[in-house]
Amino acid sequence: MRLTTGFKAAAAFAAAALLVTGCSSTDSSSGSTGTSGAAAGEKVELTFWTWAPNMEKVVSLWNAENPDIQVTVNKQDGGDPAVTKLLTAIKGGSGAPDIMQAEYQKIPTLVSSDALADISSEVGSDVADGFPEGVWNAVTLGSEAVYGVPQDSGPMQFYYRADVFENLGIEVPTTWEEYAAAAATIHAADPNVYLGTFSATDAGWFTGLAQQAGASWWGIDGDAWTVSVDDEATTKVADYWGGLVESGVINNKPMYTPEWNAALNNGTEVGWLSAVWAPGVLEGNAPDTQGLWEMAPMPQWDSAEPATGNWGGSATAVTSQSKYPVEAAKFVTWLNTDQDAVNALVAEAGIYPAYSPAQAGALAEPPAFFANQPDFFTIAGETASTAGSFTYGPNVNVAYSAYNDEFGKAAESKSKSQFLDAVASMQKVTLEDLKNSGFNVKE
Amino acid sequence: MSTQTPTRDARSADAAVTAPARRRAARANRTTVRGAGERPSGTATAILLVGAAYCLLPVAWVLVAATKSGRELFSSFTFAPSTHLLTNISDLAAYRDGLFWRWMLNTALYAGVGAILSVVVSAMAGYALAKYRFRGKSAVFNVLLAGVLVPGVVLAIPQYLLLAQIGLTNTYWAVLLPSIISPYGIYLARIYSAASVPDEIVEAARTDGASETRTFFQVAVPMMMPGLVTVFLFQFVAIWNNFMLPYIMLGNDKLFPLTVGLSGLLNQGASQPALYTLVITGALLSIIPLIALFLVLQRYWQVDLAAGGVKA
Repeated sequence: MRLTTGFKAAAAFAAAALLVTGCSSTDSSSGSTGTSGAAAGEKVELTFWTWAPNMEKVVSLWNAENPDIQVTVNKQDGGDPAVTKLLTAIKGGSGAPDIMQAEYQKIPTLVSSDALADISSEVGSDVADGFPEGVWNAVTLGSEAVYGVPQDSGPMQFYYRADVFENLGIEVPTTWEEYAAAAATIHAADPNVYLGTFSATDAGWFTGLAQQAGASWWGIDGDAWTVSVDDEATTKVADYWGGLVESGVINNKPMYTPEWNAALNNGTEVGWLSAVWAPGVLEGNAPDTQGLWEMAPMPQWDSAEPATGNWGGSATAVTSQSKYPVEAAKFVTWLNTDQDAVNALVAEAGIYPAYSPAQAGALAEPPAFFANQPDFFTIAGETASTAGSFTYGPNVNVAYSAYNDEFGKAAESKSKSQFLDAVASMQKVTLEDLKNSGFNVKE
Repeated sequence: MSTQTPTRDARSADAAVTAPARRRAARANRTTVRGAGERPSGTATAILLVGAAYCLLPVAWVLVAATKSGRELFSSFTFAPSTHLLTNISDLAAYRDGLFWRWMLNTALYAGVGAILSVVVSAMAGYALAKYRFRGKSAVFNVLLAGVLVPGVVLAIPQYLLLAQIGLTNTYWAVLLPSIISPYGIYLARIYSAASVPDEIVEAARTDGASETRTFFQVAVPMMMPGLVTVFLFQFVAIWNNFMLPYIMLGNDKLFPLTVGLSGLLNQGASQPALYTLVITGALLSIIPLIALFLVLQRYWQVDLAAGGVKA
């Protein structure tokens, strides 16, 4: 999931080239949205870009029952690369799939490029009622339109090595103050061991932490966008982590590197602030530690009002190039709300379904890697309901790459003041970019 | 991506070995006194050994890592081999019903057919630029030279938009067509045909009544052959390792080449562990055909490199 620098440069270049060439290409794509549906008896073939593992097995359930609407899965690179590719296809006027997996933070970008079809006429209000409000907002962007059906969400929790906590006689932290104290105790007991790391390459992770503290980096004020990356909540979070990194009790190395995998596996990294999908990652990266981990709700800023953030999660959307938006909408609704489909998504693709009515049936057993914690999904469900709402803007990619640049420097320098500078720089870069891209921005 | 390293290394290693050798040969020609008794310099040998180690270590790493299970990959000593190579290969073969072999065949098709067509076009264009006089010749050549300087990555998006106009994206043609024109290949072919096909022989063929087509195919092409093998190898390796073009062009994962397919195994999104062992094993398998190709075509390659030395 990490990209090489060369590839990142290429992708950035491609994105830049896309902007340039995009201006001259005619926007013929959006015209096809209006034509709806296939004639009776016509066989419809839909393509589906996704990166969830084993999605073809889930889709085969649909194909068996719907001989007239056949869906083909084309597995793509996850996250940013898939979005870049979709936007290229939209600008080119052909080549886009009918159905697309889209991370929540990418939906505003895709909508502002006319890449997604509005399927509000195909998706009933009974579907909307089954999703937590914050999640549903992410696919409507607060408007009447519906740009996709939510698939999974990633409410954050605290994952820790229960055996290490027990040996050192530490209580599981319930506040950030206690988390800092636990980190100090663990690091003092063995200087090679850390409770966690500040990852300057995982902007989504930091966004989740800021969301927990009450931040919402973008907003809509009338017909204008607002940017508030440097709000009080985010500054508080950056200040806190800057302090931990400066004092050295928390590591400053990025996540998802071979070193990090090894540290999780050999017990020099004994905690992870992660999301509900963490068991799958730990199972792959730290197989030797099975049965030693437990999960608890996030440490809190204010114990009276427990909150969490989201890291990851995506919706399934219909693209504006699809010739069969009605059939495609029918499929994405089935995929994310039908009990059998959700069961298969959990079993085959290992996701945490966003659709509340189907959760109980699909999540009866804890994940295999957390078999020692039978109430895993009960806790997860409780924390999920405490996620605050967070509005993403159309230039999330810019804010995230500013995060990588600025916090990369700050983490390297291990200086608290640089963490605060990084927040200010992110705000400046994001705001400038939004203005320069021609959006109506209110300061 | 990872497949690039060994091939680039192989090339630079070749160049590194031959450059001093050629210089030595040249020196030997001038001063015949020292020629026979010259001993290899210790410093030069040491530098070359360091260079060779630098080139071969990553290959050795891939080889060793491909034998490890996912559990051992990040825990056991880096260069301690294990016994799971066959398991890894069968896991890879089982991934989505053997999709990996399909990617391998696709890559072979893109690189093989693309490189052959590219050689044909390069040879014709290079020969024409070297042997004919026509209006605008230097303009054409200058545009080609400029083309050599433009990295292929920059062209991927414009090429996508062009091919989208005629509905060829997401097909084999989307990757093959842009691979056929190689400014560098045409440039090389021009240099080779200017150097290795004497004007007198072309004149003689014409005097004997051969048509221009026949002169080209039966007189010029055999003389240019070592150069064309070079063009073929360059283009084959370039297409084999190409990532950006097929990545942008193709949505259907059954048309993917190895590079794009393996990258997909790594980038499964933050909520999934990357399939490191499959990717590493796949990278190892993907360089085997390249190594085989280099070994088979090695003698042409050497003839070609030596050609420069004899001329002087």
